[in-house]
Amino acid sequence: MVRPTSALSSGEITARRTIVRRYWLLCLPALVLLVFAASGPLLIVLAYSFLEPAEYSGVVWSLSGEGWFKVILNRDIFDDTISLADAHMTIFWRSAKLSVLTTLLTLAIGFPTAYFIATRPKTHRQYWLFLITIPFWTNLLIRTYAIMEVIRNEGILNSSLMSLGLIGAPLQILYTDTAVLIGMVYVYLPLMVLPLYAAMERLDFRLVEAGYDLYATRFQVLRRVIVPLVKPGIIAGSILVFIPSLGAYVTPRVLGGGKNMMIGNLIELQFGEGRNWPLGAALSIGLLVTVMAALVFYVRNEQAER
Amino acid sequence: MEAQSQPAVAMEARGVSKIFRGPEGDFHALDSVSVSIAEGEFFTLLGPSGCGKTTLLRMIAGFEHPSAGQLLLHGEDISDLPPYRRQVNTVFQSYALFPHLSVAENIAFGLRMLGRPNAEVDQTVDRMLKLVKMEPMRNRLTSQISGGQQQRVALARALAPAPKVLLLDEPLSALDLKLRKEMQIELKRLQHETGITFIFVTHDQEEALTMSDRIAVMRDGHVLQIGAPREIYDQPANRFVASFIGETNFLSATSEGIVDGGIRIRIGDTVSVETDLPDGVDPKGDLTVVVRPEHIVLRERGAPDTLSATLTNAVYFGTDTHYHLELASGQHLIARRQNAAGAPERVEIGAAIGVAFAPSAARLLRD
Repeated sequence: MVRPTSALSSGEITARRTIVRRYWLLCLPALVLLVFAASGPLLIVLAYSFLEPAEYSGVVWSLSGEGWFKVILNRDIFDDTISLADAHMTIFWRSAKLSVLTTLLTLAIGFPTAYFIATRPKTHRQYWLFLITIPFWTNLLIRTYAIMEVIRNEGILNSSLMSLGLIGAPLQILYTDTAVLIGMVYVYLPLMVLPLYAAMERLDFRLVEAGYDLYATRFQVLRRVIVPLVKPGIIAGSILVFIPSLGAYVTPRVLGGGKNMMIGNLIELQFGEGRNWPLGAALSIGLLVTVMAALVFYVRNEQAER
Repeated sequence: MEAQSQPAVAMEARGVSKIFRGPEGDFHALDSVSVSIAEGEFFTLLGPSGCGKTTLLRMIAGFEHPSAGQLLLHGEDISDLPPYRRQVNTVFQSYALFPHLSVAENIAFGLRMLGRPNAEVDQTVDRMLKLVKMEPMRNRLTSQISGGQQQRVALARALAPAPKVLLLDEPLSALDLKLRKEMQIELKRLQHETGITFIFVTHDQEEALTMSDRIAVMRDGHVLQIGAPREIYDQPANRFVASFIGETNFLSATSEGIVDGGIRIRIGDTVSVETDLPDGVDPKGDLTVVVRPEHIVLRERGAPDTLSATLTNAVYFGTDTHYHLELASGQHLIARRQNAAGAPERVEIGAAIGVAFAPSAARLLRD
């Protein structure tokens, strides 16, 4: 029998209210942080994207769609003809391309690495994991400059290749898309290895034996047994690498020079030298919405498959 | 190769050894083991944990490489083949069913890897589902069926590619007693219907006795005895086999001299019997005789050819009663008597009685 609510004594009701109020009080610090540090700034950015740029920096409080317009379109200064913003398109394309490539490359390198660690004896695994996390102890900027030292024209890579006589002139890697790609793969690799390792550590290797026993070759065991079982790790790692790649700022700035910009650099430009805060805000919100839409689509697709 | 009129050999191990090298020294898991298993046979590797039975099975499957010796499948050396090139399938102790595949796709896995056409795969899967009585479960995930059902799926999955030899690694150990008894009968039926050679690993001597055509008793990486269940039980090769298989009484004896076709031995002061002298028993040394509890008969104290004993305990088991006895020499014996209708009079604890056994029930042992 469910006791009707009205049967509760007034004392019980007061006690319950006190408990509920206490829960709200306990949640308050987190709620304050969420509203002021996450949702609040985001709402400000959203509002700015619909305003007009001020002369030097900042915004003028009058409603305008110009910020969003300029994300993908260009208006000629002289005759007002509208055309696609080619420069922006190039940057979007480069961002998407480099992020996808970074995800694929970190997966290609991270998968065997995680498999290697997960198949070591238990006592050795933490040692290998520690090696993977060492880069986190160093500042991102310093790590990026280290990569620069390796790939620049007089760097270790070119000088050793030249002294081996494999190339006559130094390879121009620095300040190209390739340099940005190398840098991003290096920086984001641990973010791929760790979730993959977590999934593989839970993998029951007796299933791998069962696969071999049932006539699956090494490749077939990988494709039919291991990959389906560690799929959650692959998905988590891909999301962890792809999203920050899309918004990467430091790496393309240092290794890509001024011309190989990605979205992150384009946004920074609008808030700095570009002095077009509404456009920067619109780019930021646009990136956010695109990534979230892609994520929702991806996850839904995965669930539908099951 | 010489022609064989006997049933063809399905699986043969020739002097197979396995040494695991570790930081605390080498471990000899198998020491020059030779076994020959006939086609269609239900062969059991029996022994306590750590005796090497699972290592031998994993070697036949291809998961371990022998340190020395050869493994022959239908006369062909498979020692260096990877597991996926051997026509041998395993039923794993943990079942190792693929959690991301349905029951039917688990069973189809081996056939798909062999690249069989879809129509053939579907047909075989249907046949296998029927064989293990799992048709209604075909589209379930393996996490959605019970332990006994998982066991059936594991069997069907291993049988589907029609292996030359089926390996079973303690497949019944995770099941409760009732289900285990059912599956024992089920396994015998499956073996009979498929005609496939079964190599079965267990540490359960009763399971081995009831199911096997032949048993190899193993200990510390050695095979101690190979034979039919009855042979192993009635004529254990040594003390370990005798004590591992069933309950046993050991009695010390002295030689009274070699006689025609055997040896005359004296047990205690009152009993003297003639028995076979097995190979490797030194007739001049201390002798040990084994007598099974069901062969010991309780008599009156002082009756001819009996040993004097005192009853120390009687344990009722339903179908039979176990009598614990202490001999005058201080040795302990167990006698088993069936509780048949019109069973003889009850014996009081502490009673002085006599113990007798037929000469044929006594067997000399190597230590």
